[in-house]
Amino acid sequence: MHTFKYNLAAVFKYISLVLGALMALMPIVVVFFASLKTNAEYASTGPLTLPENWLNFANYTKAFVDGNMLLGFMNTIIIVLISIAGATLTGSMMAYILARFKFRGSKALMGAFLLATLIPGVTTQVATFQIINALDLFNTRWAPILMYLGTDIIAVYIFMQFLDSISESLDESAMLDGASYWTIYWRIILPLLSPAIVTVIIVKGVNIYNDFYTPFLYMPKSSLQVVSTALFKFKGPYGSQWEVICAAIMIAIIPTLIAFVALQKYIYNGFAQGSVK
Amino acid sequence: MPKLSNMSYKNQRILIIFLFSLVPVVLLLTFSYLPVFKMFQYSFTSWNGLSKNMEYIGFDNYKTIFTKPEYFAVFKVSLYYFFATFIQMGLALYFATILSFNVRLKNWFKGILFFPTLLNGVAIGFIFLFFFKPEGTLNTILDLLGLGALQQKWLLNPQLINISLAFASVWRYMGMNFIIFLGAISSIGSDIYEASEIDGANRWHQFRHIIIPSIKRILQLNLILAVSGAIGVFEIPYVMTGGSNGSGTFVIQTVDVAFKYSKLGLASAMAVVLLGIVVLVTILQRILIKEEK
Repeated sequence: MHTFKYNLAAVFKYISLVLGALMALMPIVVVFFASLKTNAEYASTGPLTLPENWLNFANYTKAFVDGNMLLGFMNTIIIVLISIAGATLTGSMMAYILARFKFRGSKALMGAFLLATLIPGVTTQVATFQIINALDLFNTRWAPILMYLGTDIIAVYIFMQFLDSISESLDESAMLDGASYWTIYWRIILPLLSPAIVTVIIVKGVNIYNDFYTPFLYMPKSSLQVVSTALFKFKGPYGSQWEVICAAIMIAIIPTLIAFVALQKYIYNGFAQGSVK
Repeated sequence: MPKLSNMSYKNQRILIIFLFSLVPVVLLLTFSYLPVFKMFQYSFTSWNGLSKNMEYIGFDNYKTIFTKPEYFAVFKVSLYYFFATFIQMGLALYFATILSFNVRLKNWFKGILFFPTLLNGVAIGFIFLFFFKPEGTLNTILDLLGLGALQQKWLLNPQLINISLAFASVWRYMGMNFIIFLGAISSIGSDIYEASEIDGANRWHQFRHIIIPSIKRILQLNLILAVSGAIGVFEIPYVMTGGSNGSGTFVIQTVDVAFKYSKLGLASAMAVVLLGIVVLVTILQRILIKEEK
């Protein structure tokens, strides 16, 4: 009797897991199927029907060219690279002085950053827009870059947590050798922070790659489109060509999939650290 | 440029504290505090965002928000997302719990359940447009299961539209909650489970008396964040429906009022109301979590 009950629980467990996995994958998989179908095939078959030719990439070419996805990727890469490099530098610098020096106002500084995270970005967008305008940054890549750089307490937090585990005697012995604080930061602290830097890069990178709101609002110029806004443009004009839209969706997703498979371990750590405030 | 290493450590400290905090502080003031200040200022004006002088109109904008039903009705939409969060967290907690113990293909299931959270918001919007289309995935599956009678026009029926959109939102964010819970549960020492097994505890007892208490704070935090999350919904409904058919959320409306109808004053007042709710929720959360200690 006991084993019977135990088995039933195990069966239920696996059924629920398989259902959960199906639910997570199904919506994406059907989009993948549709992206490989020809227009006529798409019109005559249901979404669950497998594509006839698994190597029909015509829709991908069309989506890539018509949607000017290359431009989207280029702009995204530029914005991601500059934002991440900047956020890593400023975040680690902030964390370094907050963790290593006790100075008047350090608590207030920390508090100011914390308080700022409580303000949801979407609420202040209307006023932020005016500031970007006044700085003459509207419709430039600097608008999103500055905003991604601006409010990053999560990076500071991750770095500070990590700095706690780096012994201060390292700093002290370097000081005995006459190293300046800059040398200590640049030569000792920053290299030792590299696991935390990977985490920050992933968390920020995913957020920036996926962000729609900021580029949509601040860079409507089509030469500045990023992956999100390029994809959004398929709405409307391609209403009757879902197989092309589906290919565009896949084009936007594939980089994420590759990054996820390659960096799985770091991603799990990164999200666990980044989200527990 | 004088060499840093020639300076005394005391002076170096002052210099480095100043230099290292300069950029972050300037950015913080420009993009966090100045907008809040400006937002309050605009909220008392009838400014259209372009004209040189702003006209102060007192609390008129706030009166409009709280008296005109078309402005207040959007909060009803938030309720759908708010309730959906409970389903989302229930599922996340369930999957996190079973995947904390021995399961075959554990890492595969973990990866699959988490993956949707990493996807582009616009892509998710499109994926679910495809999913809910009249001849789309959901209706086809229902047909296949012999439940053809349940087929619906999911995004055209005002009764169902917000439920459908909230479902897409659950699909998107469940993995995030899942991974946080998983992290919290994995920090529980295995000796506690072993000790409880000696005392004859089964899985349910362990869940109820070990897991739940140890992740209580994260659970509470997530529950309260659900409120601000529900009010801040933007991407999925904007991409999928543009806010039509009664699916407009507070943020969609704010963006429309500000950038489509150029009523910056009114939009700012709406944002102040939104910020007010979030601050209130945050204070509530602090109080609740403090009581726990």
